[in-house]
Amino acid sequence: MDATISGAQATGLVTAHKPTGRISDPVFVGLLWGCGIFVLILLGLIIAMLFEGGLPALREFGISFLWSTTWNPVTERFGAGVMVFGTLFSAVIAVIVALPLSFGIAFFLTEIAPGPLRRPIGVAIQLLAAVPSIIYGMWGFFIIVPLMAAYVQPPLIDWLSPIPVIGALFQGPPLGAGMLTAGLIMAIMILPFITAMFVEVLESVPPMIKESAYGVGATTYEVYRNVSVPYGRTAMVGAVMLGLGRALGETMAVTFVIGNATRMSASLFAPGATIASTIANEFPEASTGSLKLQALLQLGFILFVISFIVLALSRLLVRTKG
Amino acid sequence: MNFAPETSIDIASAVNRATAPSAEPKLKVEKLNFFYGDNHALKNINFDIPEKRVTAMIGPSGCGKSTLLRIFNRMYQLYPGQRAEGKILLDGADLLGKQLDSTVVRSRIGMVFQKPTPFPMSIYDNIAFGVKLHESLSKSQMDERVEWCLRKAAIWEETKDRLHTSALGMSGGQQQRLCIARTIAVRPEVILLDEPTSALDPISTSKIEDLIDELKQEFTIVIVTHNMQQAARCADITSFFYLGELIEAGPSAEIFTNPREARTRDYITGRFG
Repeated sequence: MDATISGAQATGLVTAHKPTGRISDPVFVGLLWGCGIFVLILLGLIIAMLFEGGLPALREFGISFLWSTTWNPVTERFGAGVMVFGTLFSAVIAVIVALPLSFGIAFFLTEIAPGPLRRPIGVAIQLLAAVPSIIYGMWGFFIIVPLMAAYVQPPLIDWLSPIPVIGALFQGPPLGAGMLTAGLIMAIMILPFITAMFVEVLESVPPMIKESAYGVGATTYEVYRNVSVPYGRTAMVGAVMLGLGRALGETMAVTFVIGNATRMSASLFAPGATIASTIANEFPEASTGSLKLQALLQLGFILFVISFIVLALSRLLVRTKG
Repeated sequence: MNFAPETSIDIASAVNRATAPSAEPKLKVEKLNFFYGDNHALKNINFDIPEKRVTAMIGPSGCGKSTLLRIFNRMYQLYPGQRAEGKILLDGADLLGKQLDSTVVRSRIGMVFQKPTPFPMSIYDNIAFGVKLHESLSKSQMDERVEWCLRKAAIWEETKDRLHTSALGMSGGQQQRLCIARTIAVRPEVILLDEPTSALDPISTSKIEDLIDELKQEFTIVIVTHNMQQAARCADITSFFYLGELIEAGPSAEIFTNPREARTRDYITGRFG
């Protein structure tokens, strides 16, 4: 021991650390342990609070709370069905709209864009991600909702609503606000996230594999379609799930444009509600200890569970890549 | 495509085995200069590559031999900032010029890389992928083509029972022979090999070398290698590159026993590089 220390001292490298290390290092390590454990405790407390706070509602309405479509604050009958449906429906619309765009942008950025254009577009995408969701909400409310009501929904209702099965998606008056509008706004919001992850995946495709495909005479599209995308397929599915997870919990923008109606409808144009928008709307009106507050807390717990499942699935898919 | 009839191969090889390249090279490099941005990587290269021979390019790292290989199938054009000046004539047509489409050039000049690069699909589809890009074959024709090129690449026996399993499950040596099969499947005229055995064990290496010997019956082969014994074993012609210049090229026996240039002699005797 002595010999090693004097050896180290001779090099002049360790001398400065040695005297204080005895006390400060265990303290430092202990602090780091504390930081790590803190995350677990925090998460545990949030889960416990949500579940415990919402438990009375679950007791009152039974397990059918999960799918019941009643939401009547006057008679104090509550069910999560409409909001769970609205949350999933709007999030799926968002992913369906965002996915092809993300593919296009990501491939353009990694393969096609000339050097000088790459940075500006990359930065623009990051800025899109940095816009606060309330800005999207206002923009959606003042610009997108009137546009949808005036130019998009009327022709779609005229053309598509008479068709037997698909027509059900296009019923109702052209209000502007509704599921589709909420989905579109959220699509714009999750676009930067999915795109950024796609770019990462596409950049991780070994150049030699792409060159091999070019080397047998493939065109840019053929390389993309047959080599780059299959190579990163699972990671891309993971990216989409992360985007979906974000869309599920999105609150402010959705609250602005979804119409906030606690009615179940299969139509894309019908106003609806998501779990997050319902909580944001009704929380201020729920008095302490009321059944409504308990129902809202229970809604929060359900959203937490849905998000957790989506996140877990995405992790699983991303990890099984290698 | 233009395979010469069998008889002319024998005559040509008999005539050319020990002598200089034939009068009409498959690839003729004329006053070629190449730049990575401002870096002048190849300097005024003039080089003939004879048909149905193995031509090896040797030299220390960074000498430009791989660069030249990547110009032959226009791979450099995927990257902005890389440019070539001069001419490379493939059967007399300038492949750097506008008259040849790059996908056509790449189907006539195939390439095998340093590391095996199987596509993330089945063994069968790895081969069918390239073929489908250029020809529309029926199912049975495609089956024939797949078997033909797997046999050519000496890997049919190992793969015939698992053609529809993922190519990623094969060993490195098998994957590399699959990549050679995939290259042959498109029926190119020239095959470029960029250090094809550098990631392989000695047994796989010797299989690939045997394969190269077989393939030169039908294809013009250009191989970049760091392994001078490999060049001596496989190549009819060997060329030595140094600092972006072609120092000398000639029949392998001559280069390895009696080089004209002092720098070549120093390199092959291990004095540098």
